[in-house]
Amino acid sequence: MRNIAIIWKKEIDSYFVSPVAYLLLTMFGLIFGFFFWNAVSYFVIIGIESQMRGGGGPMSVNEYVIRPLLSNVSVVGLFFIPMMTMRLFAEEKRTGTIELLATSPIRDIEVILGKWLAALTLYGCMLLFTALNFSFLFRYGNPDWKPLAVGYLGLLLQAGGLLAVGTLISTMTRNQIIAGAATFGVCLLLWVLEWVSGYETATWAVVLSYCSVITHFESFAKGVIDSKDVVFYVSLIFLGLFLTSRSMESLRWRA
Amino acid sequence: MITVEGLTKRYARHVAVNNISFSVEKGQIVGFLGPNGAGKTTTMRILTCFLPPTSGKATVAGFDVLEQAMEVKRRIGYLPETPPVYPEMEVAEYLRFVGKLKGLSGANLDQRVDEVSSRCAVADVKHKLIGKLSKGYRQRVGLAQAIIHNPDVLILDEPTAGLDPKQINETRDLIKGLAGDHTIILSTHILPEVEQTCEQVIIISQGRVVATDSVQNLQSGTRGAETIRVEVSGRDGSIEAGAVRQKLEQVAGVSRVVLRESSPVLAVLEVESLKGKVVRGDIARAVVQAGWNLNELHTAAHTLEEIFLQLTGAPPTLESSVSGEKE
Repeated sequence: MRNIAIIWKKEIDSYFVSPVAYLLLTMFGLIFGFFFWNAVSYFVIIGIESQMRGGGGPMSVNEYVIRPLLSNVSVVGLFFIPMMTMRLFAEEKRTGTIELLATSPIRDIEVILGKWLAALTLYGCMLLFTALNFSFLFRYGNPDWKPLAVGYLGLLLQAGGLLAVGTLISTMTRNQIIAGAATFGVCLLLWVLEWVSGYETATWAVVLSYCSVITHFESFAKGVIDSKDVVFYVSLIFLGLFLTSRSMESLRWRA
Repeated sequence: MITVEGLTKRYARHVAVNNISFSVEKGQIVGFLGPNGAGKTTTMRILTCFLPPTSGKATVAGFDVLEQAMEVKRRIGYLPETPPVYPEMEVAEYLRFVGKLKGLSGANLDQRVDEVSSRCAVADVKHKLIGKLSKGYRQRVGLAQAIIHNPDVLILDEPTAGLDPKQINETRDLIKGLAGDHTIILSTHILPEVEQTCEQVIIISQGRVVATDSVQNLQSGTRGAETIRVEVSGRDGSIEAGAVRQKLEQVAGVSRVVLRESSPVLAVLEVESLKGKVVRGDIARAVVQAGWNLNELHTAAHTLEEIFLQLTGAPPTLESSVSGEKE
């Protein structure tokens, strides 16, 4: 545990002494702010219209604002995750500091977990921006907080899986650009896989669309914890981190 | 302290280290000498548990590098060829980080950071970013990181590479100062470095150990025979080098004559004597009696360089001696 914390702190420091963290957080803050503004404006207009028509009861903020916004965050996250993980191992390999880590009395898995948790922490910081925006909904409206909390859990699980994949890819190259681009490609692919379910119902299509990280988020966005989806994300995290440790070991045999 | 037996590291296409064996006593400074690509770095990486050997056995402080890697890592300080520093960290911050990695904490950590930074003369840049430091400072930060946990064994891969002469001297003094408390293996392809810092030399070439001995023994081992450099010119301005060579070969006690340089007016030869024979006088007499001018005659001391070249199989070539003279 102590070793994981040492690595975690080092990675957090390096995110925050360089412009990386600030740039990512700023960009995300701007993008999400725009989404939020759009969603709320739309909600207000729809609300006024339905009142003028005199129809229906009160509209749900959770359903019309929070749920689509959480889905947006889950997609926008795909674009930010490669930028968080590409550095993790590629940089250490390029500068040779990997030799320091590999010859210190610390296990590979501790290094990997420390780095992965640091990336997850940065993602968590990004989510804080969304919490800032959502807090206005609580000030001026009366949304239910539980589905929101479930949504955040889903986002963290999804990001955890994708960050594990990014960490794995980062151990495979010493070039950050390659690591970033490959991770981005994989993230994108894991997003669009579900499209096949739109026109095909054969087994392979079901399997493919099951592998899509986005479909598993839908239940979380609704505020439902479905064990099937939790299992999917947790498996992705385990698989990613396990393969990372294998990849790190193979570095030693090949280097 | 360190024993290596039959160590081999094989890659897909070539053998980097081929069945090498040696041992290092506690408190010694051992120079690991060899041309580039001889397998120095690979051997060091195996000793530091960075690479596993293909076959063979290596132990550090009694622990096997493969079976008890954690124990070995606790007892080893390693400075790779490029110091493993993070440019975005400050020196003190970096040393604290490494100290923690090696298992130090609390007051002990603070104390060690202060100690190694003054010992490696980086105390004055403690709060500077490593990325802003000069190469010499960065190297010393690398050295400080290697000794922070006061390891039994220090492994330094080309610790003076890329430094200016003043920094090289400082680093050598620093390393010498570390001996005694630590067992040190340092690799280099710079010969004077070994002569000046090390007690023991291991010469490796193409993945094999070609010599293991103390610096003194190696130098005196070949000293029984002397090598004499002779420069001869003709009295009337022309000379035939072949004739000079023949003449010198006839001198009693000479084992070998090598023509180093020849022109119509000048011949430079290297004469090797048989072991224990002093032939300088006879050579001078032979040259003069044959009617040539003896321009120069001196004994060439057997430097580690020559021994090294002999052992690693690279013949002392005409080129190297010519360029040596131009300098």
